[in-house]
Amino acid sequence: MLQTTVVVLASFAYLGLLFVVAFYAGKRAESGRSIIANPYIYSLSLAVYCTTWTFYGSVGRAASTGIGFLPIYLGPTLMVALWWFVMRKIIRISKVNRITSIADFIAARYGKSQLLGGLVTVIAVIGVVPYIALQLKAVSSSFTLIVHYPSVVADTASAVPVLGDTTLVIAMVLAAFTIFFGARQLDVTERHEGMVAAIAFESLVKLLAFIAVGLFVTYGLYDGFSDLFNRARQSPELSTLITIGSDMSYGTWTSLTFLSMLSIMLLPRQFQIAVVENVNEAHLRKATWLFPLYLLAINVFVLPIAVGGMIHFPDGKVDADTFVLTLPMAHQQQALALFVFIGGLSAATGMVIVEAIALSTMVCNDLVMPLLLRIKRLRLAAHSDLSFWLLSIRRAAIVFIMLLGYAYFRLAGEAYALVSIGLISFAAVAQFAPSLLGGIFWKEGTRAGAITGLLAGFLIWAYTLLLPSFAKSGWLAIGFVENGLWDVALLKPQQLFGLRGLDEISHCMFWSMLFNIGLYIGISLLGRQSAAEHSQATLFVDVFKTTADAPGSRFWRGSASLPELFSLARRFLGPLRAERAFANYARKRGLKSHQELKADAALVSHVEILLAGAIGSASARVVVSSVVKEEPLDLQEVMSIIEEGSQAIAYGRTLEQKSRELETATANLTTANERLMELDRLKDDFISTVTHELRTPLTSIRAFSEILRDNPALDSAERSRFLSIVVKESERLTRLINQVLDAAKIESGNVEWNSTKVDLVELIEEAILATAQMFKEKNVRVMAALPIFVPPVTADRDRLMQVLLNLLSNASKFCRPECGEVEIIVNVKQHRICVGVRDNGIGISVEDQEVIFEKFRQVGDTLTDKPQGTGLGLSICRQIINHFGGKLWVVSAPGQGASFFFSLPMITNAHAPSAVTGD
Amino acid sequence: MPKKVLIAEDDHNILVSLEFLMRHDGYDVRIATRGDEVLLCVRDFLPDLVILDVMLPGRNGFELCRDIRANAEWIDTKIIILSARGRKAEVQRGLDSGADAYVTKPFATSELREQVRQLIEYGRH
Repeated sequence: MLQTTVVVLASFAYLGLLFVVAFYAGKRAESGRSIIANPYIYSLSLAVYCTTWTFYGSVGRAASTGIGFLPIYLGPTLMVALWWFVMRKIIRISKVNRITSIADFIAARYGKSQLLGGLVTVIAVIGVVPYIALQLKAVSSSFTLIVHYPSVVADTASAVPVLGDTTLVIAMVLAAFTIFFGARQLDVTERHEGMVAAIAFESLVKLLAFIAVGLFVTYGLYDGFSDLFNRARQSPELSTLITIGSDMSYGTWTSLTFLSMLSIMLLPRQFQIAVVENVNEAHLRKATWLFPLYLLAINVFVLPIAVGGMIHFPDGKVDADTFVLTLPMAHQQQALALFVFIGGLSAATGMVIVEAIALSTMVCNDLVMPLLLRIKRLRLAAHSDLSFWLLSIRRAAIVFIMLLGYAYFRLAGEAYALVSIGLISFAAVAQFAPSLLGGIFWKEGTRAGAITGLLAGFLIWAYTLLLPSFAKSGWLAIGFVENGLWDVALLKPQQLFGLRGLDEISHCMFWSMLFNIGLYIGISLLGRQSAAEHSQATLFVDVFKTTADAPGSRFWRGSASLPELFSLARRFLGPLRAERAFANYARKRGLKSHQELKADAALVSHVEILLAGAIGSASARVVVSSVVKEEPLDLQEVMSIIEEGSQAIAYGRTLEQKSRELETATANLTTANERLMELDRLKDDFISTVTHELRTPLTSIRAFSEILRDNPALDSAERSRFLSIVVKESERLTRLINQVLDAAKIESGNVEWNSTKVDLVELIEEAILATAQMFKEKNVRVMAALPIFVPPVTADRDRLMQVLLNLLSNASKFCRPECGEVEIIVNVKQHRICVGVRDNGIGISVEDQEVIFEKFRQVGDTLTDKPQGTGLGLSICRQIINHFGGKLWVVSAPGQGASFFFSLPMITNAHAPSAVTGD
Repeated sequence: MPKKVLIAEDDHNILVSLEFLMRHDGYDVRIATRGDEVLLCVRDFLPDLVILDVMLPGRNGFELCRDIRANAEWIDTKIIILSARGRKAEVQRGLDSGADAYVTKPFATSELREQVRQLIEYGRH
């Protein structure tokens, strides 16, 4: 028997030492020289798996089932071998998405579903509470034992009033200690370096303590392994323990191995240590053999101690769960006993601390915060700094969880051995397996499938394991266990649907997994994923393909403002940390300060991930979306993006299309530009031509004016000759200006057309008369073969005269110089009247026959052959004729003269005699 | 012996005015109205100065200017190009083809006469 004060002092001294270790590691981490960033510490911290269940319970289990304690360690050993494929993926996903807990992980996988996060949290809390109770029970009973030995009285907890109960005290001490470790600082990060160091230290202590007692029993009390096992073989009772397959069926072995394979990943504390606290995924490589080695080391002496205990306490009065303590005590090895007690305390505190931190994170992030945000979002949003709030919620959650553990201990603690309580928890967290493992390897898994599967598995677990555990403790009527609910035999919790012959754990696993997996897959296949789910599923399953990309939701559009995002981060992370995080992000982007950042999709998703570290992904999504005006992508859009393989392809397509459009636009612009340049060139040519034409008469006018001015003594004949030149040139200038203006007027459509009935024969005769003088001067013979009568046409008489004069004038210019001849012809053809003006000049080549009708275009080298007009005449003529529904064209060959024709429609109701033509 | 001036111009009225001005200033004047006549006239007449219109029927003034300059015998013959086109590029083209001056129409008679006088009296030195 040890003095209570000694035990209590030793316990607190040990806890103090742990705290020093944690504090030192925390300080080292802050200064950037982490001591936990190595695979050995990582492997040791994983040994948080070994709790008082291992420390005390393994011997107890071995005492009743021999090597039946082993599956719990074989499972993890097998599983760890697969970790490089499974755990590495989980770790990568968690790092990328800043996952804070297993609830967060599953929620994030299925579209950041708050409902799912909450469900996982509830299952985890309810499922793990018995496990915490187990630790409390172990510590409390070992404490009682060590201070009261050898009077091993049945000190049942229920007999003690709650307030004076040591177990409650222990629970509260552990809660306080957990808060110190995990929820002390305002810096609410997902990682706790100090805690990890303390856990690794504890793992070392419990291992050493267990090996110490093992060595004491094996070599101190007996003569080594062979001596012990020889003695066991001689006893018929003990010989069964060291024979394989004695008491446990293969079915039980298999289900326990399977269960522990899952538990090593799915227990909240294992997820916390292995995933969330992982520094470098490469540490997994060493952990793959180091962690199984640890399990081997801590199990080597289990059977020897069990055998030794049973030989020493043959009457069964001493609980086998306590052999590690009672054997040293019985041999007055008080120091060893105290060390063993500390080892057990180590195992318990390690488990409780990590579990409580993990659960409190889940409760805070996936249960309380979402509820608070939903109910009182406005009030929460008004707070300038929520980091204190978050911390308080976590602290409260830690205390609450410890109280729950204590409550379970009071309710059901006595009915079960340590191992059995632990297995209930194992079976609960195993329910996460389908949605978690399915979620990282199977893209089609849906939120609905995960929720239904989880819910079904959880309910079956509660009905077949949890409630019976209450019933066996007398807190529920045992009737429903023995006879089934409502006395329906098929509903017997431990023989559900008539399934017999299995132990309760295997039975529960069979039914819960059948429904869980079946519903998860079935409902997933039947339903459809939302866009967000699909996006997250791709992100999770293809994590190794996509981690090169920016993390977070890639399919996002919307708008946000930088100040809003920043103030959001300040509120949840605290001002200092937010400032640092934004500055880091800006630096990575190559910007000087975060003020230069753009509130784009990448930043929004970065902030969401930052917040996810503090409040979990589901809550972070809600909070961020409160400041982001998100335009939801419709499903079709996202589906098409995803189905095409990647966003890049879609972008590429759009880009291609845009570039095609651009090409077309460029081509159009080029054409338009060319046209403009052509017009510009024509305009330039026109101006140049017109200018030249204007300058020529001006030159004469100016020259003669100056001559007349400077030479007053000129004789009158010369004087009047010069004056008449000035007058003539002035007239020429006027004509030119009029024609340019006329062309411009017709071009712009500002001409008033005086349409009347016009008799073409009469008009032609008039034109011949008007040009007679001109032809006579040029010595050109004019011939006209005119019919006596032609039907009238509708036209502007003056404009039509303009056309005739222009054609006659051209003919006079271009006909043969000496023996010039011009002939005028009139034809009536099928409701059209055709007028022709033929000369006998040099003719026009076929290529030039259209060119001459274009504005400002004159045939020939303009530098050599001085144009005899503005180049506007024919263009104006054609526009006039076209206006009245007619045509103007030329028939010519070089050297053969040229014939210009125009045709106009005749007025149809007028009498139209057949054409009369002749010389 | 009076200095000789050849006038190559196709517009009748401008030609009349130029002829009057040159004779009035005492030069011996010869006229050409077509581009292809100009070189023959230069060979025949050996003028001290040519007033050359650019747009002449037959051959244009720039070409004629270059041809005159290409003949070493006529190295001292001065050339004034007379043109209705006065843009920089055209003036440059005229000077590049070897003209001594480029006068745009309409011209001030006094300036043209002064230009002719200067070129004939001082340009030879």
